[in-house]
Amino acid sequence: MPDLGPEARYLGYLAEGRFMLQRGPETGQAVFPPRLRAPGGQAPLEDWQEMSGRGTVHSVTLQHRRDGPPRVIALIDLAEGGRMLSRLTGAGAEDIAIGAPVRARIAREAEVPHVVFEPEGEAP
Amino acid sequence: MTGFPRARTAAVGAATFGLGECPGYTALEMTARAAHLALDDAGLPLDAVDGLFVALPDDYLGGLAFAEYLGIAPRITDNNRTGGSSFLCHAIHAALALDAGLIDVALIAYGSNQRTASGGLVSALKSSVYEQPHGAMMPVGGYALAAARHMHDHGTTREDLAQVALSARAWANLNPEAFRRGPMSLDEVLGARMISSPLTARDCCLVTDGAAAVVMTRADRARDTRAPVPLLGGAQTVTHKEIAAMPDLTVTGAARTGPEAMGQAGITPRDVDCLQLYDAFTINTILFLEDLGFCAKGEGGGFVSSGAIAPGGSLPVNTNGGGLSCCHPGMYGLFTMVESIRQLRGEAGERQLEAPEIAVSHGNGGVLSSQATLVFGTSATV
Repeated sequence: MPDLGPEARYLGYLAEGRFMLQRGPETGQAVFPPRLRAPGGQAPLEDWQEMSGRGTVHSVTLQHRRDGPPRVIALIDLAEGGRMLSRLTGAGAEDIAIGAPVRARIAREAEVPHVVFEPEGEAP
Repeated sequence: MTGFPRARTAAVGAATFGLGECPGYTALEMTARAAHLALDDAGLPLDAVDGLFVALPDDYLGGLAFAEYLGIAPRITDNNRTGGSSFLCHAIHAALALDAGLIDVALIAYGSNQRTASGGLVSALKSSVYEQPHGAMMPVGGYALAAARHMHDHGTTREDLAQVALSARAWANLNPEAFRRGPMSLDEVLGARMISSPLTARDCCLVTDGAAAVVMTRADRARDTRAPVPLLGGAQTVTHKEIAAMPDLTVTGAARTGPEAMGQAGITPRDVDCLQLYDAFTINTILFLEDLGFCAKGEGGGFVSSGAIAPGGSLPVNTNGGGLSCCHPGMYGLFTMVESIRQLRGEAGERQLEAPEIAVSHGNGGVLSSQATLVFGTSATV
């Protein structure tokens, strides 16, 4: 997909069921969200790699709704680097604590494919 | 950091209008009314204004609309939008333009009728394609994530957060202009409806109408006005837009803007007689007290629970009642400036502090994204 910007490329990978991010050539860390160059730097981001899907809860908040169970919104530190805002689903999601391990799942039923997480140990 | 024109400009007029509920007025009309009042306060005519600084809640071209409405053709129109901190950034830009001689009189204004017009917070915050699909309530979610992490790292408690709301209410009870007055208990805050854990409805700012305006001019011209308040320092920064990109959830850009602005002013936190900060949520006050240097990182919870920021405490914070109990018309930053000016002029009525000489205003925008700090003084501090 050489003619696509990083955002379209990321979303295209997700639509194919692949969670891909760029790695910074200087830090070796995954960069989120995708960009043309490393944040604050000069290095072009050309090295797309598939993420393991493993991550850790950096912070979490339960957002209460009148029409359903709380929505569990979290910041996830990916094992490869990069931090993303996401939603926790599955058994035990509402009880999850900072520092807990989680695993990514690509939600493709929505209009825009996106990465959600489940507590580690639950079926992926 | 050098280069800021310390005390070479001053706020010479300040006003609020329509705090709480202001039915029957548009946001633009409210903004104009506040501007008229501030110019009257300064003793300056409208046609003296040649620098216009405005960020309306619902109009990205508000700088154009406001110039047209006033019927003036400014030399500089600054429609900069960094969220609720916009107006403190405006003041910095105004000081530079005034000092350079590009303009002679700057008018900074804001108004919103969000409460009576829509009943909800009007936010310019738009989520990216990475954040939007998760359906998170923002901006409250961003502040909740920062609060949760602060509690995890530093042992800050729900009670500490609640003390911020109680202190704000205690100040509001001394301010007839405040929208929410009356007794408030710890149980009321802790037992309020949970919005985004750990933040309850009482940890969140009000949704009100309100307008404010501040007039600035150069020190030479300010001397001829009724009660000039010199601007001693000002610094701003942006660290991120969405909360996932905040470099450290427990350290805001205020850790840079505070020391920079106070350095320009030639003061330290010990010299500050009152602090007016943007308390969109209770965690803000704790974070900014730490980052601005009033207590060590991690000790903000204990600091507020000691009673330090409440009436009678060692560091009066948000003496008008803040965004939590006075007013919050969407972008609150300008109200931190008005309250600093009123305190330094000795015009704060029942809540007036005893002869304050240094007041710090601190604005916040987005989800702890933009930070801006101003240091105001009295003629004695110049």
